[in-house]
Amino acid sequence: MVLNDLLEIKERERKARKGTVLRCCVAAGCLSANSQAVKDGLDKAVKEKGLEGQVEVRGVGCMGLCCQGPLVQEDPAETLYVKVNPEDAPAIVDALGKNPAPGLPTTDPHAPFFKKQMPVVLENCGRIDPERIESYIAEDGYLALHDVILEMTPKEVVENVVKSGLRGRGGAGYPTGLKWATVAKTVGERKFVICNADEGDPGAFMDRSVLESDPHRVLEGMAVAAYAVGASQGYIYVRAEYPLAISRLQAAIRQAKQYGLLGGGIFESPFNFNVEIRIGAGAFVCGEETALMSSVEGKRGSPRPRPPFPAESGLWGNPTLINNVETYANVPVIIRKGAEWFSAIGTEKSKGTKVFALAGKIRNTGLIEVPMGVPLREIVEEMGGGVPDGSEVKAVQTGGPSGGCIPAAALDIPVDYESLAKVGSIMGSGGMIVMDEDTNMVDVARFFMEFCMDESCGKCVPCRTGTVQMHQLLDKIIQKRGAAEDLERLEELCDVVKNTSLCGLGQTAPNPVLSTLRFFRHEYLELLKQRETGAQPPA
Amino acid sequence: MAAKTLTIDGRLVGAHENQTVLEAASEAGIKIPTLCHLDGIADAGACRLCLVEVAGSPRLHPACVLKVAEGMEIKTQSERLRKYRRLLLELLFAERNHVCAVCVANGHCELQDLAMDLGMDHVRYQYRFQPFAVDVTHRLFGLDHNRCVLCTRCVRVCSEVEGAHTWDMEGRGAKARVITDLKQPWGEADSCTSCGKCVHGCPTGALFFQGSTVGEMERDRTRLEFIVTAREKKQWIA
Amino acid sequence: MDRLKIATLWLGGCSGCHMSFLDLDEWLIDLAGKVELVYSPIMDIKVYPEQVDVALVEGAVANEENLELIHRVRRRTRILVAFGDCAVTGNVTALRNSVSNVEGVLHRAYLEAADLQAQVPSEPGIVPALLERVVPVHEAVPVDYFLPGCPPPAARIRSLLEQVLAGTPPALAGQDLKFG
Repeated sequence: MVLNDLLEIKERERKARKGTVLRCCVAAGCLSANSQAVKDGLDKAVKEKGLEGQVEVRGVGCMGLCCQGPLVQEDPAETLYVKVNPEDAPAIVDALGKNPAPGLPTTDPHAPFFKKQMPVVLENCGRIDPERIESYIAEDGYLALHDVILEMTPKEVVENVVKSGLRGRGGAGYPTGLKWATVAKTVGERKFVICNADEGDPGAFMDRSVLESDPHRVLEGMAVAAYAVGASQGYIYVRAEYPLAISRLQAAIRQAKQYGLLGGGIFESPFNFNVEIRIGAGAFVCGEETALMSSVEGKRGSPRPRPPFPAESGLWGNPTLINNVETYANVPVIIRKGAEWFSAIGTEKSKGTKVFALAGKIRNTGLIEVPMGVPLREIVEEMGGGVPDGSEVKAVQTGGPSGGCIPAAALDIPVDYESLAKVGSIMGSGGMIVMDEDTNMVDVARFFMEFCMDESCGKCVPCRTGTVQMHQLLDKIIQKRGAAEDLERLEELCDVVKNTSLCGLGQTAPNPVLSTLRFFRHEYLELLKQRETGAQPPA
Repeated sequence: MAAKTLTIDGRLVGAHENQTVLEAASEAGIKIPTLCHLDGIADAGACRLCLVEVAGSPRLHPACVLKVAEGMEIKTQSERLRKYRRLLLELLFAERNHVCAVCVANGHCELQDLAMDLGMDHVRYQYRFQPFAVDVTHRLFGLDHNRCVLCTRCVRVCSEVEGAHTWDMEGRGAKARVITDLKQPWGEADSCTSCGKCVHGCPTGALFFQGSTVGEMERDRTRLEFIVTAREKKQWIA
Repeated sequence: MDRLKIATLWLGGCSGCHMSFLDLDEWLIDLAGKVELVYSPIMDIKVYPEQVDVALVEGAVANEENLELIHRVRRRTRILVAFGDCAVTGNVTALRNSVSNVEGVLHRAYLEAADLQAQVPSEPGIVPALLERVVPVHEAVPVDYFLPGCPPPAARIRSLLEQVLAGTPPALAGQDLKFG
């Protein structure tokens, strides 16, 4: 494979395009609503009408509006059918090029949910066929990798990423370029690149959608990273709960190898890069980088103390670069369009866009991508459409079990790393759960505490035992058996678990309690007050 | 090997560059509480009792894995550290059924000693009172999960010193347990060489010699030290 | 000054702590000169009196009678001391918590392990019902001082009492805090 071959594939793919395209979502959300049958139905209807020459039915990745699936969009007419049944297929094909098929529900593809988005990471999601590498190449796929290998030194690549201002999308927001530079500078016989796809926050499905919808993008990002830091082996650590993402990744790796875009001598250069998939076994803690690496090594997935950081001593003691799916997915476009282009998006300290998974009490559940710095209110009320029954938003939970609940009063904050931290939450990986007036915030805290308790690996004392005690105290308070000293003890436990735990899971486990105590303390106090009077028999 | 000078609790202390703060402190006669640490095997940083304050760092660091550095300023005692250590200890006591009065290790137990050292006169958290099994299928030894603190010394000593790796962990969080082989009863764990190093390494009454009754279970750590010293320094000093 | 009014109680425990108390031997004579013993299993007083200065509570809270009594004791006592491991931790008395529920425990003790006339005792109003869970004293009522040990050695009891009599909050440390 040389540049010309790549451009030829692109040209061929573009020329082969038909006048009308029916894009049918075949990512996990719509698939679970029977979209494979919808796609088969469309294929059949097109065939029966003898329209194969003019109409392409394309299985694509996530189109975002997951709550309305299965989704089918007709291009260029821009008709977006929602909640499509397999029986609707002939009607859709009949109506091609004319008005939308009568009686079938559609939605406005120019509604704020779509219009206010800025697809960078998701630029191909819902557009290309994730199971065909050619479909990716047609959108300039692997061009960045070519340019990097043949026209840039590893140092220049790192500098580019530094200049872009990209920060880790997995949660902590560590500057990506700095991480790359550290690994690049560390001397080591072998180096590794790891993609963390162990997305485990309740309500979060950004990484899954990217992997299911545009897997090559992640591979390309990893390959660029490997070139930049001097690695020749990569691992993608995906949770077993994402079978579709795994099979699309496997297919993508196979196709990329066949084309010489992965493996030995990529673009006929001396650069080699192989990627293997490692499948997680259901432990949330394996999203923590040191635990993830233990798991890749075949050991029990429990974290180890840092320092040493993976950049110095990671997989089997070798310098290792570990980034999240979305972080890698940003890389090809940064190379292609330039660091300046990227850093012009977003705020001063939070560059680029962020993908969020909207869930909870919100009208438009699904996947969105917005520039950093967009007011939270715009996401929740305009794009998300607010609470379905029209009642008030009470709080928005971001950052999963490590995050916090942002009260409605703070909805006007811009969504960037620093602003979220200021209100006691975190950007996290991008889960966003909306809560309405009926939500009991102490219950929310208990839900996340139960999650952390179940997912604690059990290695360090504060996380293993402290989460159990905190959960027990929250239980007691919710059951109106709690006294003032129980609240004191809960706060004391938050302090000790946060400050003495070994890894991020434990250190952030108290966050949902701390943030609900900060903004909704009255709900705790109310429950304490409701405690029945009189002597309490021991439990 | 370059030497480093650091300050621990206001005292200047010299150390080799590869030493940990715990080693440097211990050589200088400064006692830092530990539970999962055992001389001669790799540190896990799991019990968090040896956390110390490092000047210029907002976080607490486990002394057992913290490498010394030139000019480092360490505080091993402070109001905050004492509070955290006591709370961690209370959490451990509340977790399993540590009934000192009827324990084989009564009087020879590091957990019991820590309670005395750290001034823990009672546990404010609710005791969990979960049922735990006792495995006495091995001819020579017994395992009582009621007393286990999950320090994983047995796992590490078996893997690193004996090289058998009979011990490992199963389960997560509060459901974590030490197991032998693939969770066979200890007596049926084929990889066990019956060397007893795990029993000598155990800080509490979780691993014991068959036949020991209350307060009888004493350990001989010098046996582990002897092997490790012999292997690493080629010195056969009993 | 009036002599301090002292009480000792025996809840769910083996009375070993009281035996250790008696091991104070001739110091007991000194003690008798300084305090007035107003309630104790070693004397014949049926009702816990009002305005007690110091109560040494042996044993864990295991049945309804214990629970009722400890609440009364707390209301009527200035300084409440958890006396011995059962009072401080639940100890042996609480071993049943991790084994089974009340029915299971009674079944095991009175039916499975019975030699003769196996039957679960049931005399409402006479035999107090067991609590679902044995708890240390401080889980039932606030406790002022803790005196661990199974039993606490006589010297440790004396050390605590001397400090209490002197009006200083007892500061036990080191070996005096040994459980078991």
